[in-house]
Amino acid sequence: MTTHTTLIIDYGSGNLRSAARAFERVIADEGLRAEVVVSNRAEDVAKADRIVLPGQGAFGDCIDNLRATPGMIEALEEAVLERARPFLGICVGMQLLATRGLEHGNHEGLDWIPGQVTALADHIPAGTLKIPHMGWNEVFVPPDAVKDEQNIVLRSVESWGTQGEHFYFVHSFMFECKDKRHILGAVDYGSAFPAIVGRDNIMGVQFHPEKSQSAGLKLIGDFMRWDP
Amino acid sequence: MLKTRIIPCLDVDGGRVVKGVNFLDIIDAGDPVAQAKVYNAQGADELCFLDITATHQGRDTILDVVRHVADEVFMPMTVGGGISTIAHIRNLLNAGADKVSINSAAVKNPDFVRDAAEKCGSQCIVVAIDAKAKEDGSAGWEIFTHGGRKGTGIDAVEWAIKMAEYGAGEILLTSMDRDGTKAGFNLPLTRAVADAVSVPVIASGGVGNLQHLVDGVKEGHASAVLAASIFHFGEYTVQEAKEAMREAGIAVRL
Repeated sequence: MTTHTTLIIDYGSGNLRSAARAFERVIADEGLRAEVVVSNRAEDVAKADRIVLPGQGAFGDCIDNLRATPGMIEALEEAVLERARPFLGICVGMQLLATRGLEHGNHEGLDWIPGQVTALADHIPAGTLKIPHMGWNEVFVPPDAVKDEQNIVLRSVESWGTQGEHFYFVHSFMFECKDKRHILGAVDYGSAFPAIVGRDNIMGVQFHPEKSQSAGLKLIGDFMRWDP
Repeated sequence: MLKTRIIPCLDVDGGRVVKGVNFLDIIDAGDPVAQAKVYNAQGADELCFLDITATHQGRDTILDVVRHVADEVFMPMTVGGGISTIAHIRNLLNAGADKVSINSAAVKNPDFVRDAAEKCGSQCIVVAIDAKAKEDGSAGWEIFTHGGRKGTGIDAVEWAIKMAEYGAGEILLTSMDRDGTKAGFNLPLTRAVADAVSVPVIASGGVGNLQHLVDGVKEGHASAVLAASIFHFGEYTVQEAKEAMREAGIAVRL
């Protein structure tokens, strides 16, 4: 058996140490034949078996940095859209999947999952809740979610049921999906909005699995065994 | 539903935890990783490390602390104490901290907060405010620096509003007149600040029992409560604190 490579893309969006360590911990604990590579090089994307796109800060800065990395967008599209490598976006890395982001301007996203990223403040009554949405909140299956038996991550989400499972969130913007079928998990903060989006081999989480203690490590393990 | 957070705080001096949890099964009570693991297992929602290292040379030891803790526990971590440059913030974030708390440097130069929020993102900038009753006896509360010894004449509520406008993603509010007294948070102060800003407020200073934590949320309107000594000395576990809060009708993660 060969060792698989999980690539965490480093495009200058902040600290990747926590994410890398969380994946390494899961690999060690579960005895997976995998290694974690942190890189900003397009050729590493081409070689990767799984791809993780983290992200911190503003949507515009993140997508600009990603585009500024030579060959990166093309390599990602080839690996994820054509060769269907399992992909996980985290926080702003999830938001970049959208068609566009409306944080400080109007920025084009990857457009892998149709939708737009808008201010949380526009979705909750003024003055009622603190922004950022910061802390632990339950992720649950939306009532009208589409079932995908192949998706091991989703099977975990379903096992949490309507009660949900707690994950750590910190964000001021949210992903508005155009197609409700792409909402795989939801969270309630003033109103229900997407916490997990995805389709086929692509998944994005608004929360931070690398900071969500055992629940987060479990989700990372699910992603590592996911074979879409 | 978003849960009210309980945040144990650990003081670090020269890379070692002082006043840590004194449990029999911890062989080395000064080891930050061992302490972090205890709080992780107890279900703490975040960890806060306050670097009280006095010497300049000892400052870098906090980076090793953050690295080692981030390698072992996978939960949000805030680090504070003497942070005054963007480079220092970046180093802490790169070591694995999620948030940094800025105190004196913000009072000295408010634009530092704006700069830090623009460069690193509001989500990782916490402004720590030490406040107590105004020295001149007038109504309201005043910001103090140097461990509560130096008054600044700055109104605490106005300062909190300004810091949130400057990009602070969170306010860590310490009731200086209560710190170390075990008499509970200064609730009017906590409520005045929490109601004045749109960002979350962490209440700190003076916690002596679990009812104080409940009061900080229900009467002080805090989004999170921070405590040190009640957890350090093993009087209560984080788990017990959460159970008490739940019984009082506060939503917590259990």
